[in-house]
Amino acid sequence: MATEQKPKSRFGMVIDLDRCNGCGACAAACAVENNVPPAHPTATDRTGLTWMRVYRADNRRPFPDNRSVYFPVSCQHCGNHTPCMAVCPQNAVDINPETGVVSQIPVRCLGCRYCMAACPFHARYFNWFDPKWPHEMENALNPDVSVRMRGVVEKCNFCHSRWQAAVARAAANGNHDIDPADYVPACVEACPEKAMTFGNLDDPKSEVARQSKAPIVFRLLARLNTDPKVYYRSDRDWVRRLGDTDVAQGESEVSRG
Amino acid sequence: MKLRGFIPFGVGLLVALGGGWFAVPRAMYRRTEQPIQFSHKTHTSEKVGMSCQDCHSLSADGKFSGIPRLETCAPCHTEPQGKSAEEKRLVDEYVSKNREIPWLVYARQPENVYFSHAPHIKLAGIKCERCHGPHGSTGRLRSYEQNRISTYARDVEGYSLVKLNAADWQQGMKMNDCSHCHQQRGVQESCLTCHK
Repeated sequence: MATEQKPKSRFGMVIDLDRCNGCGACAAACAVENNVPPAHPTATDRTGLTWMRVYRADNRRPFPDNRSVYFPVSCQHCGNHTPCMAVCPQNAVDINPETGVVSQIPVRCLGCRYCMAACPFHARYFNWFDPKWPHEMENALNPDVSVRMRGVVEKCNFCHSRWQAAVARAAANGNHDIDPADYVPACVEACPEKAMTFGNLDDPKSEVARQSKAPIVFRLLARLNTDPKVYYRSDRDWVRRLGDTDVAQGESEVSRG
Repeated sequence: MKLRGFIPFGVGLLVALGGGWFAVPRAMYRRTEQPIQFSHKTHTSEKVGMSCQDCHSLSADGKFSGIPRLETCAPCHTEPQGKSAEEKRLVDEYVSKNREIPWLVYARQPENVYFSHAPHIKLAGIKCERCHGPHGSTGRLRSYEQNRISTYARDVEGYSLVKLNAADWQQGMKMNDCSHCHQQRGVQESCLTCHK
């Protein structure tokens, strides 16, 4: 198990659930950016792949009062006792000391899936099938993200290739620190409702740090005390209460990748 | 005498070790020649006066252009400048046909490795020779040696088998070598620093 240390910066996001309309653009953009293959014909809810899953939940009231909400759930990048990192026998998971991002190194993964069992957010996915793209789409794969093989676990890493590109751009100009505008994950960029805000939670000047301190902001399963870096925001009480229940009990909307 | 048995044994051992020393790298690596015998020496000589940066330049976004494309060679070599047969071949086979030269990249890393030259050159101030060896003054390109099993180049795996008196670049560019240098310099390293 890798040693836990305080990262230099902590990247995270705030998702405004009152703005999210469940369109799934984040999931689609994520799949394209990170070379997540289209679902295998026999894939199910349980065996499909998606780094960003949009869950639907409602307030369990009959028709005129029924209201629904969509929860885009990716890896929550736990900063405290990171469950997947703690159980990985291969050291294939660590916390990046620069960004606080929880990593997953597929070539090191042996496919035991302990991390999937440990993850309270069901944010990790296993490659049950060989990745396959329609012929023409293979030319459109992102060269900055390696393709995973069957038999390993994968998950969101806040588009780490974009962080690497931002570091390279800063270094080319002689800077050690990146320009925050250079590092935005694909889901945040794609959201048509601008429901997601991304940035360094430790930078007091950043928008995400300001938003994450609002009283209407909450985190999923906060009682587990894993210090996730993904925050959710809603004005509605019943939505905030959902953060402490298992969303997977609700209906899932986009789940096959 | 006890020694009489030892001498043939010792000779045999030396022959076996020496043979292995000679044969193993040759059996392990497939040698291929570069498509054009490019001379760094001629280009960096006083007469031509080019510097490394003229062809191996760092782009503004930090992505390294590595080996230059044909468009860098073409302006000077639309006609042969000298009498060398290799240059004539360059003009005939590549420049006049506008075909890219299929260079074999000595330092090609596996697909899941991320490396950017920008932080290493601009921030750490590491010289090119540290990893690529002193080839800026060589008259010919050495053969490209590729491991028959792993398919990685010998520049990545390392030229030195025993690491005695080996220059830094001869140790190779394996994960251990990268990690070693990062630790020596106290640079933070984690999986996603060098993997993608």
